[in-house]
Amino acid sequence: MKYAVFSDIHSNLEALRACLAHARARGAEEYAFLGDLVGYGADPVACIDIVATLAARGAVVVMGNHDEAALSGLCENMNFVARDAIYWTRSQLGQKERDFLQRLPMVVKKEDSSYVHASADKPGNWTYVENEKLAGLCMQAANTIFTFAGHVHSQILYYRMNQEMPHAFQPTPGVPIPILPHRHWLAIVGSVGQPRDGNNAASYALIDRDQTTLTFFRVPYDYMSAANKILAAGLPQRLALRLESGR
Amino acid sequence: MENLFALKPGEEIGGFRILEKIHEGGMAAIYRVSRPDIDLPLIMKIPKLAFGSHPACYVGFEVEQMILATLSGPHVPRFIAKGDMETSPYIVMEYIGGPSLHDFVNRSPAAVPEIARLVSALAAAVHDLHRQNVVHLDIKPANVLYRPTGEAVLIDFGLARHAYLPDLVEEEFHMPVGTAAYISPEQVVGRRCDPRSDIFAIGVILYQLSTGCLPFGSPTHIRGFRKRLYRDPVPPRSIKPDLPEWLQEIILHCLEVRASDRYATAAQVACDLSHPDHVSITSRGTRLKQAGCIDLIRRRWEALWPESEPCPAPSAHLAIAPHIMVALDTTHIAEDLFQALRDAVRRVVATEAHCRITCVTILEPSILTEEDNNHQFANSLYTQRLVELRHWAKPLALPGEKVRYHVLEATDPAAALLEYARANHVDQIIMGARGCSTLRRILGSVSSKVAAEAPCSVTVVRVPRAP
Repeated sequence: MKYAVFSDIHSNLEALRACLAHARARGAEEYAFLGDLVGYGADPVACIDIVATLAARGAVVVMGNHDEAALSGLCENMNFVARDAIYWTRSQLGQKERDFLQRLPMVVKKEDSSYVHASADKPGNWTYVENEKLAGLCMQAANTIFTFAGHVHSQILYYRMNQEMPHAFQPTPGVPIPILPHRHWLAIVGSVGQPRDGNNAASYALIDRDQTTLTFFRVPYDYMSAANKILAAGLPQRLALRLESGR
Repeated sequence: MENLFALKPGEEIGGFRILEKIHEGGMAAIYRVSRPDIDLPLIMKIPKLAFGSHPACYVGFEVEQMILATLSGPHVPRFIAKGDMETSPYIVMEYIGGPSLHDFVNRSPAAVPEIARLVSALAAAVHDLHRQNVVHLDIKPANVLYRPTGEAVLIDFGLARHAYLPDLVEEEFHMPVGTAAYISPEQVVGRRCDPRSDIFAIGVILYQLSTGCLPFGSPTHIRGFRKRLYRDPVPPRSIKPDLPEWLQEIILHCLEVRASDRYATAAQVACDLSHPDHVSITSRGTRLKQAGCIDLIRRRWEALWPESEPCPAPSAHLAIAPHIMVALDTTHIAEDLFQALRDAVRRVVATEAHCRITCVTILEPSILTEEDNNHQFANSLYTQRLVELRHWAKPLALPGEKVRYHVLEATDPAAALLEYARANHVDQIIMGARGCSTLRRILGSVSSKVAAEAPCSVTVVRVPRAP
């Protein structure tokens, strides 16, 4: 059985469709969405619709900071561009979409895996897991063999034995990595809708339960259409430009 | 966990029937096993993972499980299955009967043709491993077995590194790991990513087979390891004066302290061992003394700051050191085609800094008539072809160590070119198209057969003409 893990879609319908098609072609049967379904992009309703349909069939979905912000609050800890996008997103969401976001849990634990947007350690703080120490705290709090997270918009794999400091490993897209369950693993799967590592291809990860491997992927998608929709919606120009540069 | 060390013949584990225990060492036990649906002799390797056992067993076993499963081809034992690390850790793989290179080393010094045959096969196996992005990092005689066909098989991937998978060994030890006699200078300073480390180990094995001695002894302390960062070995010919210069040239070229001074690829080592007459001999091949004290002081100084250049994946490393074969038909004079071929070669040489060029032509024995089919005449024709090859290549002004010339005697040119490409790890064939269509209709196209069947890329060069 294979399942695909997506994070940080950020209302980018073109990227989401490309990743879903890519994962289906590789035999994905189940899905997990690690939050930030909305914010930045021009298709919040269409993206929520796809995710809600899959959630109804059993997909895991957790809450991200942009999903939380799209519901209410002053967004004081966000930059102006992000805040503008959130206010615009609020104007687009109907009751159905708001209800769906409202019900999202912060963390989901299922079998030997935890799913969280930022860090399993105080998930409401939206910590960026950007080093081994923070990865260790996240793994400690999750206390499952596998932890899947997003939020940092680039792909990396942390692993450790027992309680030692985790090791960081930079995965090569498309190469399956054996993930044996006598170690603990934290996969930061990257962003579907707004990659920020200088590569504009969408990111996601695919887990193969039978082979016990994890593969990180980069999927090229039609970023021009996504960027044009952002401009047409009157969202900040910078949000359109960064889809092309991947920064 | 069951006691996997006391398995009795007839017991079953993971669907495999235990036949007999063939080895029990400090790290692992090995059983012959069988499964009805697999028609291959098999072994099951079971690590000693008891409480308090050395972490090397654990990590080494995990690394071997991980890496062996990614490898394929005749130069590794075929991977069959693995057991769960928690409950029944084992690997099942193809059984390779041997002999082991260790058996030959025990009887060294060996005869020169035997050394060339054994180590050329070993270098071919190492090249195939590098092509698959794995550096072995523990190449030693005990880890090299031979199939009945003469092909070498590498075993024991416990210290190996895959460029695209986590390096569990490095994280476990934080100190150099390897076998004292064979470890490369860069491994001593903790660099575990360079495919040329395996070439250094090949050099140690060549030295050992040629002289019966180890070039750096078998030190037991880190200071003893470090000595190879500046001290070059005693030249083999001063131990064994009848050793040919070409062999010493190859040995010392493999054993250069700086990885960038060694052969760029193991395929080049294999090629030189198979064609000793092509080896260009430098001072490496002729010297009878170790470096003097000025060199030694300089190297000790340099050893304080080891190279720390970035580490490309082995396959990327091989990509800039391709073996290019240029197939020429020097009997059909076509100056414009010769020029087009030279242009094609020039483009490769300009972009790939470490490439090697072999210029090949065919000598068809059928053109010798009955009366002049004598040795002398055949020899002069052979020489004539060589001269023609060199004449063709002259305008390219290629440095001597980059280019080789070879005349193949064969009646079927395409088959001979394909065979040469296969045996010599050729990465790209450059050849001309037969221009004249009548000729092609009669003789058939050599280039189309080569292009269809070659184990590598083929560039067919044609002189541009008006449409």
